Amino acid sequence: METAIRIKDLNVFAGKTQILNDINVEIPKNEITVILGPSGCGKTTLLKCMNRLTDLYPELKVSGEILINDKNIFAPGADISKLRQSMGLLSQRPYPLPMTIYNNIAYALKLRGVRGRRKLHLLVMDYLKQANLYEEVRQRLREPASRLSIGQQQRLCLARGLAVNPDIILADEPTSALDPISSRFIDEKFQEIKPHFTIVVVTHVLRQARRIADNVIFMYMGEVVEQGPAKEFFENPREEKTKSYLEGMFN
Amino acid sequence: MYLLNRHQRHVVNYSWMLFSLLIIAFLPFMLFGGLYFKSFLLLKTHTLKDLVFSHSWHPSRGEFGFYPFIVGSVWVTLLAIFISTPICLLTAINVTQYAKKRFLRIMHPVIDILAGIPSVVYGVWGILVIVPFISRYLGPWFGVQTMGYSILAGAFVLSIMIIPFILNIMIEIFRAIPTELKEATLSLGTTKWQMVKHVLLRKALPGIIASVGFGLARAFGETMAVLMVVGNVIKVPHSVFDPGYTLPALIANNYGEVLSIPQYDSALMFAALILLAVSLFFNLLMHFFIARYNKY
Amino acid sequence: MKRTLKAEETFFRVLMNLTTAFILIILGIIIYSVFEKGMKAMSWEMLTSVPSGGYYYGKGGGILNAIVGSLVLAFGATILAFLIGLPVALYMNVFLVRRKRLVNLIRFILDLIWGVPSIVYGAFGFTLMVLVGLQTSLLAGIITVTLFILPIMIRSMDEILRTVPMGLSEATYSLGSNKSELAFKIFTRQSVSGIITAVLLSFGRAIGDAASVLFTAGYTDNLPNSLMEPVATLPLSIFFQLASPVPEVQARAYASALVLTVIILIVSLFSRGLGKRYHKTKINF
Ligand SMILES: Nc1ncnc2c1ncn2[C@@H]1O[C@H](COP(=O)(O)OP(=O)(O)OP(=O)(O)O)[C@@H](O)[C@H]1O
Ligand SMILES: [Mg+2]
Repeated sequence: METAIRIKDLNVFAGKTQILNDINVEIPKNEITVILGPSGCGKTTLLKCMNRLTDLYPELKVSGEILINDKNIFAPGADISKLRQSMGLLSQRPYPLPMTIYNNIAYALKLRGVRGRRKLHLLVMDYLKQANLYEEVRQRLREPASRLSIGQQQRLCLARGLAVNPDIILADEPTSALDPISSRFIDEKFQEIKPHFTIVVVTHVLRQARRIADNVIFMYMGEVVEQGPAKEFFENPREEKTKSYLEGMFN
Repeated sequence: MYLLNRHQRHVVNYSWMLFSLLIIAFLPFMLFGGLYFKSFLLLKTHTLKDLVFSHSWHPSRGEFGFYPFIVGSVWVTLLAIFISTPICLLTAINVTQYAKKRFLRIMHPVIDILAGIPSVVYGVWGILVIVPFISRYLGPWFGVQTMGYSILAGAFVLSIMIIPFILNIMIEIFRAIPTELKEATLSLGTTKWQMVKHVLLRKALPGIIASVGFGLARAFGETMAVLMVVGNVIKVPHSVFDPGYTLPALIANNYGEVLSIPQYDSALMFAALILLAVSLFFNLLMHFFIARYNKY
Repeated sequence: MKRTLKAEETFFRVLMNLTTAFILIILGIIIYSVFEKGMKAMSWEMLTSVPSGGYYYGKGGGILNAIVGSLVLAFGATILAFLIGLPVALYMNVFLVRRKRLVNLIRFILDLIWGVPSIVYGAFGFTLMVLVGLQTSLLAGIITVTLFILPIMIRSMDEILRTVPMGLSEATYSLGSNKSELAFKIFTRQSVSGIITAVLLSFGRAIGDAASVLFTAGYTDNLPNSLMEPVATLPLSIFFQLASPVPEVQARAYASALVLTVIILIVSLFSRGLGKRYHKTKINF
């Protein structure tokens, strides 16, 4: 089993408070890794470290290493745009770009270097189909994306995330704002595309974790308590904290 | 201890509030009604078209052509907006996207002070700095003989005056853009500049337009500072170095003489009515524009 | 492609820094030139005496009439606007909380009249004055300036009051208070700092505006002694002195501008300081 992301001694401080404490994690390639943990334990922060969105918050001090393809993403001179392009991000709520539906995807394609109107058009249609959105929007491609429903917007964001042609998909509670059908679709989509991507999903919902996880990372108060294959994690947790979490003590 | 019992106090408080509210609610109508009523004398003998498009301003002969004043006001206002919009936009982007957070805390008092400086003080500053600058350097540089008191001087001073107003709105607009949208954009692999140019600017565009519209409405009615530097010559200006005259300045400069000629008085109130109408129109327009955009 | 983007960003960042610096420098220049020119003509006599005969031809005297006049007028207008404004702001946020559309309509009207230029208030005030047979006077000036600062006062208070949490009203009702008690006792106490800021902001506007008092307050060389008599104001005294052909008188205009600027700066300093201090007594939820 190959490792896609290797995190070594990652610490994150916001001023004096420590948000992440000595994180050491390995995320296997072409599998779904679920990050679990109670609210405020640092899941989102960990995810944001992976594509260096932490750079946006000057108050956060990050130290340690995150190795992707054996390259430290925090090394000076790392190409951050390229790094981020190799990861598609799906956030808690959909944030469509303030453009038309078509351009939301075309913009991502152009960023990755796709040129030519015909080629763009074909690819846009392809990604819309992949996100199961094509049928619903093919009449309204030139409308502002913000007019779509939340569920449709999230699928658009999925299409957009795939359109940058990433190796890794980072998803932060991607279904928490969605209706059951859209949620279901996203879950199934992850299963379907798993062979081609490394997928990291943050979630609150144990049921969802059980359904999709190949691996689980369980966090508590900024630390990784337990990590490993999902089957073991759910059936045979090693740590006390994990057990009580699985029994629903924290919720 | 109290003169009235609890219930009576409630009634007094309540009626007081309601009365105050009524004053406010009727104020715009009273403003409009009062000024319209006073302009009536003029409107009775002159058509609106005459008033707006005639060049000849001779109150003693009963000729009231507002054209030079309207043109003067429009020039000064538009020039001021052209100067301050890019300055505000670039500064707002700088302060909200590039500069350290601490800097915004410096910028806020700066904006407050600029906004608080009285109009006459801007006028004084214009006379001290801008007017000599134009007559000594800018004019000769363009090969123009000018006293400095000109449309351009008015526009310069006005542009500085509306900077705090427009900048404040623009900063709020950029700050209101959710961080998550920035994260979503950057995660597609854009550089910071691409994010600003392609996404933030577009997201902020309705707000930017509205802020400029509000600034325009504000600039159009600004009186004292412009009056002090614009030259006050009743002539349609042909270049920005020409002196001009604005509608607010017309009112402010002539209030003393009006009582002798009733129509003159009426004409000045008509000028005020135009200012009121322009202000209400632009503010209404921008409000509806924003309301419409917020639906998306 | 990448390189042109980089160049473009660099170009615009330089431009951004220039415009930001421009604004800071302009503020510096304004303050500096007003201080520099103003200090030259500034004297104790300027601040403590009224114009003597021939003041406007360069003879002795000062602008005490305008300083006191401006302060009195601005105080009067601020108090009047406060008496009308606070109830309106309270009414909107206590009695009309559940009628969002109505409140928004009122806000909308207030924003509209906030945008009306002060010269229009001046013209309107003049009309009103003539209508009721009032002469140019302190009273007429106060009324006009009150109309002019009312929307500023109400909207700034409103922005503060609307942040008072609903839970507080519920708690107060459960103690058996009626609505106006809730409004005047609880809401005002909870928002003291914001209300002070709003008042000071309005005071600053009131004292700095010239166009609204031009027609209505008149001008006089005496100190104000009656509501019914004209009153001098600083902005107008600056304006009139500048119009004089005598250089000494013009120089005094600069000194007067300095006085006005200093008053404004003090007011704005106060509003920052007080605003911060009173925040501490506020209950945080
Ligand atoms: N920029 C920041 N500045 C200061 N503190 C922060 C910052 N970002 C996050 N935190 C703090 O770090 C902790 C972890 O936040 P994070 O968002 O990673 O939690 P989470 O596990 O994603 O929670 P949730 O499940 O509620 O989304 C929280 O206590 C939060 O308040
Ligand atoms: Mg989170």
